[in-house]
Amino acid sequence: MTRFWIGAGAVIAIGLLLAVTDIIANSFWFFAAYVVLQYVVLATAWNIMGGYMGYVNFGSAGFFAIGAYTAIVLYNLVKAPLLVMIPLSGIVCGLMGLGMGYLTLRLRGVYFAIGTLALAVVLETLMVNWDYVGGATGAYVIRPRTLEPFGDYVKFLTFVMLVLAVIAVAAARWIERAKFGRGLHAIRDDEIAAECAGIPTLRLKLIATTLSGFLMGIAGAPFPLYVGFVEPASAFNLAYAVNAIAMPMIGGTTMWAGPVIGALLLGTAQQIANVTISSELNLLIVGLVLVLFVTLAPEGIVGLVRKYFGRGR
Amino acid sequence: MTGETILAVEDLTMRFGGFVALDSVNAEVYEGERLGLIGPNGSGKTTMINCISGALGNYTGTVRFRGRDLGSLKPHRRTRLGIARSFQIPRPFRSQTVRENLAITIEYATGASGAERDDRAEEVLQSMGLGPRADAISAGLTQIEMRKLELARALAARPQLLISDEAMAGLSSNEVDELLEILFRLNESGVTIIMIEHIMRAVMRFSQRIVVLDAGKKIADGEPDAVVADPAVERAYLGD
Repeated sequence: MTRFWIGAGAVIAIGLLLAVTDIIANSFWFFAAYVVLQYVVLATAWNIMGGYMGYVNFGSAGFFAIGAYTAIVLYNLVKAPLLVMIPLSGIVCGLMGLGMGYLTLRLRGVYFAIGTLALAVVLETLMVNWDYVGGATGAYVIRPRTLEPFGDYVKFLTFVMLVLAVIAVAAARWIERAKFGRGLHAIRDDEIAAECAGIPTLRLKLIATTLSGFLMGIAGAPFPLYVGFVEPASAFNLAYAVNAIAMPMIGGTTMWAGPVIGALLLGTAQQIANVTISSELNLLIVGLVLVLFVTLAPEGIVGLVRKYFGRGR
Repeated sequence: MTGETILAVEDLTMRFGGFVALDSVNAEVYEGERLGLIGPNGSGKTTMINCISGALGNYTGTVRFRGRDLGSLKPHRRTRLGIARSFQIPRPFRSQTVRENLAITIEYATGASGAERDDRAEEVLQSMGLGPRADAISAGLTQIEMRKLELARALAARPQLLISDEAMAGLSSNEVDELLEILFRLNESGVTIIMIEHIMRAVMRFSQRIVVLDAGKKIADGEPDAVVADPAVERAYLGD
């Protein structure tokens, strides 16, 4: 047992405690925490491709939404429970990641980013025109009011998202330490040199896009139950794509802690702004903070900490 | 000193659109040999090694390594088979240290891991004289150090055939001698070496045999003294 796993266990235990008791009575806090945790998963998933491998995915919203829409299909088909929706949404989005990898990984740099953005637009158009999942008007999902021992169902959803966040972060941390992660790092530095160093770049890239897609899918799976009503404009919201990029950039892309810190800070700031100022202000905050970080601290908060405290692995 | 054929290039042709970069080139390299590959700028030297290393996969003709047709084998598979190359313009993994550059190559190209990997990295570091710079981030290296790292990384893959693409361009004559010495030592340890170089002093000293390319065609192939005396070679370099 390392410190990481003790910490992860403690986070889950505290989360469970808060979710099953009434220590925090106001369920708004759970509503807000859910969104923040969802961003921890999304940002961590994005960072596997964007941070470790250096391929900027602008289509995160597409993956997130397909995760949500897979859940809606399963709900419409068989009223599948959440714990079935999550892995299946993950698998669908994982396969989508694999497909995207095959189609677009020949593209580099900005062309790859454009390709992923286009993919999200295509998917949104498909969903708008697919009546089975509600088309442009959207689909309702009736969620149980309560679930024991959690009480309010939102508390349960928030706890589930917390577990997903821990899974995502553990996966990212594993990649960082594995031969696989070192291979991705070499690809980020120089793909041609990596290939000549014996690294099977195409295979590693496809594994990374699949894994990243899987994690984005599981982030989207509980979304229909969380909001109760899904329509393309909300599921494919640009905010997901922008946040998934901004959060790792602000936190730092080289280490698993980066996206977590970025998502916690930015996600929380957005939730506060939502309530105190206006919900329209969210993206403005992201934009401002991102500009600040890109110019003043390009290595993110993790980079700043390393620079001023001179440690880190 | 030279033995059986390690690399055979047969009717190798490479086109970029309408431009023929390599035109039915035939050449052989023998086990343990030191081969110099020369030619004017744009004659197809780098294209040829890109075909051999697999960076360009859509050539016509055949590249055989130890009798095996490499076909459309990807570069990383060729590296694992024992063909390593260095790049004309150094391409280190810039955000990693010199040691990490070697470790990742050893890990993927030879499959060694853990202490074995680290030992081999140390071995290569020492043999290339990069020991003092082992923990420096590679983006901050000097030119000669970059060139050495480029060769070191090729060596980390434990090659049987090393292709050195202009490792010496722009270096001082002391530095050229230093790299030559390293290449000689490698060759003595059994590695076959193809050297692409513009510095004639280095090529003449190093090569047992020289192949000359001009405009995508092989125009000479033989002992260094005979090749430089060849009127066709003189024409290629100096014009009519």
